[in-house]
Amino acid sequence: MADPRAPAARRLAVKLGASAVAMFGFGFLLVPIYDAVCRIAGIGGRTSDVAAVAVAGEIDADRTVVVEFVAIRNEQATWEFHPATVSMEVHPGQLYDTTFFARNLTTSRLVGQAIPRVAPGTAAKYFKKTECFCFTPQPFDGGEGRDMGLQFMVDPDLPQHIDRLTLTYTFFQSPAGAS
Amino acid sequence: MSTATTHGHAHDHHDDHHGPAKGLMRWVTTTNHKDIGTLYLVFALVMLFVGGAMALIIRLELFQPGLQFVNPDFFNQMTTMHALIMVFGMIMPAFVGFANWMIPMMIGAPDMALPRLNNWSFWILPFASGILVSTLFMDGGGPAGGWTLYPPLVLQTGNAFPFAIFAVHLLGMSSIMGAINIIVTIMNMRAPGMTLLKMPLFVWTWLITAYLLIGAMPVLAGGVTMLLTDQFFGTSFFSAAGGGDPVLFQHIFWFFGHPEVYIIILPAFGIVSQIIPTFSRKPLFGYDSMVYATASIGFLSYIVWAHHMFTVGMPLAGMMFFMLSTMLIAIPTGVKVFNWLSTMWRGSLTFETPMLFAIGFLFLFTIGGFSGLMLAITPADFQYHDTYFVVAHFHYVLVPGALFGALGGAYYWLPKWTGHMYDETLGKVHFWMSAIFVNVTFFPQHFLGLAGMPRRIPDYATQFADWNMVSSIGAFGFGFAQLLFVYVVIKCVRGGKPATAEVWDNPEGLEWTVPSPAPYHTFDEAPVIK
Repeated sequence: MADPRAPAARRLAVKLGASAVAMFGFGFLLVPIYDAVCRIAGIGGRTSDVAAVAVAGEIDADRTVVVEFVAIRNEQATWEFHPATVSMEVHPGQLYDTTFFARNLTTSRLVGQAIPRVAPGTAAKYFKKTECFCFTPQPFDGGEGRDMGLQFMVDPDLPQHIDRLTLTYTFFQSPAGAS
Repeated sequence: MSTATTHGHAHDHHDDHHGPAKGLMRWVTTTNHKDIGTLYLVFALVMLFVGGAMALIIRLELFQPGLQFVNPDFFNQMTTMHALIMVFGMIMPAFVGFANWMIPMMIGAPDMALPRLNNWSFWILPFASGILVSTLFMDGGGPAGGWTLYPPLVLQTGNAFPFAIFAVHLLGMSSIMGAINIIVTIMNMRAPGMTLLKMPLFVWTWLITAYLLIGAMPVLAGGVTMLLTDQFFGTSFFSAAGGGDPVLFQHIFWFFGHPEVYIIILPAFGIVSQIIPTFSRKPLFGYDSMVYATASIGFLSYIVWAHHMFTVGMPLAGMMFFMLSTMLIAIPTGVKVFNWLSTMWRGSLTFETPMLFAIGFLFLFTIGGFSGLMLAITPADFQYHDTYFVVAHFHYVLVPGALFGALGGAYYWLPKWTGHMYDETLGKVHFWMSAIFVNVTFFPQHFLGLAGMPRRIPDYATQFADWNMVSSIGAFGFGFAQLLFVYVVIKCVRGGKPATAEVWDNPEGLEWTVPSPAPYHTFDEAPVIK
């Protein structure tokens, strides 16, 4: 039976089907939105994954902030990974250098990737890295161990109530460079 | 499926229409909204017992501290599968079944707008659920990471993982197709004169539910697809090693998950809004405000998701926003509760089984609503998070909430479907057993949660032993009480006092203007709406 309402019904059904497909796409759009929101709002302890430009600014020598270093390798038995020093007392505005040591405990070549997080999360955007081994994948030959450099500065704009930052690196076997 | 072959067709009803085809193929090829509604309802009833059996395995293990019956991994599979089956395989299909049966009859339409799509949306379901249940027998067992499927835990699932994901995809597709059909039916098939603000409230709540389904289910499909590609195709959406973030999954999941909560409860609101006026012998109080309240609940449900994940670490502003927007939902919900109460106020109340379930819903759902408000308070949530208090809260809104709504609706419309009155005494016994045992089961879980018992554990400290035992006894009582429901339904299908067209005392709505049982084809000529 030719229902006169059928064409309108078909049009609406197609529109609704298209909205469902659009919402499927929106689910994927949430990924960059989430990243952008975290980065802009400085939540989740994310630090920038590109080098900050060192600005010769005023060094706040009156203020001392403790920066702690934590190295995590989850349950992976393939790495040795630890910081050279567990904490430093720093003045905001001044550049500091330190290293993390990693060793490939297997006999084959591995590529590591360090993922940084800063706690408290709201302080992450005040933690500036001018050089970091986390910016690039780190290839290791079997059994190779080496120090990897980090150069950083705490921004003088760090809120006054924060006197202690924890920088955590989780060292993963890079899914991209496992060759 | 025992009732499927005897349900609602063996009546010699002669008018100009061809009747249903004969034999089993009738149910496979049917495009009739009443047949498909019946299929949905019978399927949901079967799944109620599948999911219920899993719940009883959980409660059996928790009857006493220590590990007695199942190993922890199987226990985790049970909590995961119980939730997935009850949400996607039972309560959602049940309400789609009600929608199929009742919406065309309530708006004076001859059938759903897209009958073939309707057949598909149903027949995907048994296969999808079959895939889901079959994961229990695969190497490594079924998914055991909780129904929320959080990575990285869920990625440790064995061979079952892709099957569980595909099952979720298929179940989602089925409900999206159902939702499209419902919207198109409501928008295009209303009888002349049936303006939007004359539609019965059940139709309204389903219209809004269907929009929520189209908005939310595809987002879940996207999220689980990302899980799949993370596991098998080397993407890193949720893997920190590749620059992803597992917390992102929680945002995606709950962006779906919170509207899902209202997808489950809004149709129950609609059913209760049909039942209470009938047995109060008064029109629904504040019809317009009910419609607007439902719409605002639907809107708010999209902006509160992060209250499920306060403990992941959020800025203060985020916690404040999600706390306050969550509490805001109490306002439209309160409007509804007070409207139902005002409908009953000075009405000539009688307490037939559907009305008992509706009042039970009103009382017990509101308890679940209040514990939800407690959970919305961010600082308090840090204590309640992932405890049995949460389990008690959502079971209060899902069991005496959504399930009581469905059971009440089933009693309310059974005479219309079958042409027979159900056994009122047994119905009342079923209600009282359900109402008592549901409280025995879930009320003690509030105490357990406040005392600190975590959820999703097969064993617990001995200090929790007493209330767990009470809860388990209640669970078995509740489970067996539902067998009585099956008996009442079968008895009603087989025979009983013939039902009149109106069934109840002067009820409102077009479905009561057609004979009982409702003929295979109704409203081929559109009815005249006053």
